Amino acid sequence: MEIPISYYLILSSALFAIGTVGVLIRRNAIIIFMSIEMMLNAVNLSLVAFSDLHRSIDGQMLVFFVMVVAAAEVAVGLALIYVIFRNKGNVYVDELNIMKW
Amino acid sequence: MQIIFFLLAATALISGIMVVIQVNPVRSALFLVLNFFALAAIYLLANAQFIAAIQIIVYAGAIMVLFLFVIMLLNLRQPEEGGAHRHLGQKIFGSSLATAVIALVIYKVFRMIVPPGKPLTPDFGSTEMVAKSLFTDYLLPFEMTSILLLVAVVGAVILARSKVE
Repeated sequence: MEIPISYYLILSSALFAIGTVGVLIRRNAIIIFMSIEMMLNAVNLSLVAFSDLHRSIDGQMLVFFVMVVAAAEVAVGLALIYVIFRNKGNVYVDELNIMKW
Repeated sequence: MQIIFFLLAATALISGIMVVIQVNPVRSALFLVLNFFALAAIYLLANAQFIAAIQIIVYAGAIMVLFLFVIMLLNLRQPEEGGAHRHLGQKIFGSSLATAVIALVIYKVFRMIVPPGKPLTPDFGSTEMVAKSLFTDYLLPFEMTSILLLVAVVGAVILARSKVE
């Protein structure tokens, strides 16, 4: 009663695509961040699936390090969003044009 | 077992779509928590018990608390104006590109030759096996993550501190 690897890969790619759409179509920087988290999770899912297929623990190690990097990224990113909100009063990414001239 | 997988996959996909289409960021965050729990259960099906546990503790616990804290700190009152028709071309283009990616992956996955699975050892994915690998083969990356987290904490504090001395 093993679940075929193809099911995992299709679910993973679908989640990754949903995250990509979220990054592309939303204006709120916080929701863009959540979509990035979802993309990281989709990659973790395919790593776990291949780790299960090959009975090798290395994939799960990589998932562990992806989670650490995601935690660090969220801490710094949310601090950045907070600073942007303090300076501009909103967090909509299409109104951020300070570096454009 | 496959029925459980399909139920969890449907939960993950629907909550993922809800994250993207919800207007209210708090609702988006709560649907993302549901998505993380569904993925943690799928990790359990794939013999990754330790990863499932830290998925719930780190993602659904720590990271989502941080998200909700920032959402409520920012108190975004004005809605995203113009919602449906703003940048409509970009939305259609992005969605069709994402659909093309899924179609490509499905096409390649069903032509893939899967090697035969190896027999399952009882301790595969357990905390003990993960810890053995983490403290022998992956000791240097593991120590480097501590420096990474320290840098991230210091960076976040310096960025978000008050300007008043």
